[in-house]
Amino acid sequence: MKVNYFPGCTLRTKAKDLDFYARECAKILGIELVELPDWQCCGGVFVTSSDEIASKLSCARALVASRDDNRALVSVCSACHNVIKQTNHAIKNDAKFADAVNRYLAQDEEHSDPYFGETEVLHYLELLRDKVGFDKIREAVKNPLTGKKIAAYYGCLLLRPGKVMAFDDVENPQIMEDFIRALGAEPVIYPARNECCGGYIALEDAASAKKKSDTVSHSAANHGADMIVTACPLCKYNLTKNESPLPVVYFTELLALALGVKENDDAE
Amino acid sequence: MQNKKELQKEQILRMSGVNPRKCMRCGKCSGTCPSYDEMEYHPHQFVYMVETGDLEPLMNSDSLYKCLSCFACVDRCPRNVEPAKLIEALRLTVIREKGKNHLKSDDIPALLDDEMPQQAIVSAMRKYSK
Ligand code: SF4
Ligand code: SF4
Repeated sequence: MKVNYFPGCTLRTKAKDLDFYARECAKILGIELVELPDWQCCGGVFVTSSDEIASKLSCARALVASRDDNRALVSVCSACHNVIKQTNHAIKNDAKFADAVNRYLAQDEEHSDPYFGETEVLHYLELLRDKVGFDKIREAVKNPLTGKKIAAYYGCLLLRPGKVMAFDDVENPQIMEDFIRALGAEPVIYPARNECCGGYIALEDAASAKKKSDTVSHSAANHGADMIVTACPLCKYNLTKNESPLPVVYFTELLALALGVKENDDAE
Repeated sequence: MQNKKELQKEQILRMSGVNPRKCMRCGKCSGTCPSYDEMEYHPHQFVYMVETGDLEPLMNSDSLYKCLSCFACVDRCPRNVEPAKLIEALRLTVIREKGKNHLKSDDIPALLDDEMPQQAIVSAMRKYSK
């Protein structure tokens, strides 16, 4: 199975493990991730105002390229996925916005036909659940993570806004827990698993970010987890920076461990 | 002839797509907001004050920059009001004015540490600056 891949800026720099193990595991699972040749930064967050156009064009270009390749567009980073999916939703459902986007794109030196939201946008976890299947992953596991108690941290970006992301039940998601079970570990359910880590406020108000991150990491620890797993570089940064009592790892690292792609102790 | 205040309100409603009159003032958005403690005006107050056209205090308040765009208020509002979109429209109305950027690129190097992901920097620039 071939899909287009949008890695994003952070996966090229601070979150190389999130990217590297996603690519390595895809090979084992029979998925070919074709990196878009000239992707541009997604912008990190979606601006909800419908009159904000130019900052959404990078995502629109990635969506058009994937429509033209007739492939789904996959990302691993929660933020890239959120911004791309929200942009696609806006193009699909807001004719005025779509028209403005298409007028901009028509001015690109190499441009394609107008775009109306045709591309299927998937997070890597959705690819695992819906295209590969967790059963197949269970079969591919070489080193089951038996005995590990793992807290899935969804945060905001994978889930919300629920009606746009349509990733899972917004208040009672299961996909990451099912993923953890497929790897042979035990998921830990805790109340703050879909609360915010503080996000970008870390840049100018570290104390505010600390409050939010502590709520999450302490909630996971108090419910008996050994580690926290995330798909978001900023969640990982905020929790780690604020001295989470538990180690925070990317879900792709966990997958790589279970599939035998990664040694237990080579964490960077 | 409409005055500036009415035009501004109209623009904010148009940008956000929010209808504040759907709000039943249950306060659930504020109750679930992770930045509640840091805000001078809380999400339900944003909704009410936009409805009554009391924009000035909101536009001058630091509360605009305390919102994390976590969308908890959007998904948990029983009336589908989507307060975060209103806050975003107000923030944009402020920072789109010349010289009103909340975060200047020159300020950023001093705010960084070695682990800070690019995602945080681009997100903050997108929310705080034009
Ligand atoms: S949750 Fe919705 S209905 Fe309740 S106060 Fe907030 S905006 Fe109004
Ligand atoms: S989106 Fe902003 S206002 Fe709404 S709950 Fe999150 S931080 Fe609070």
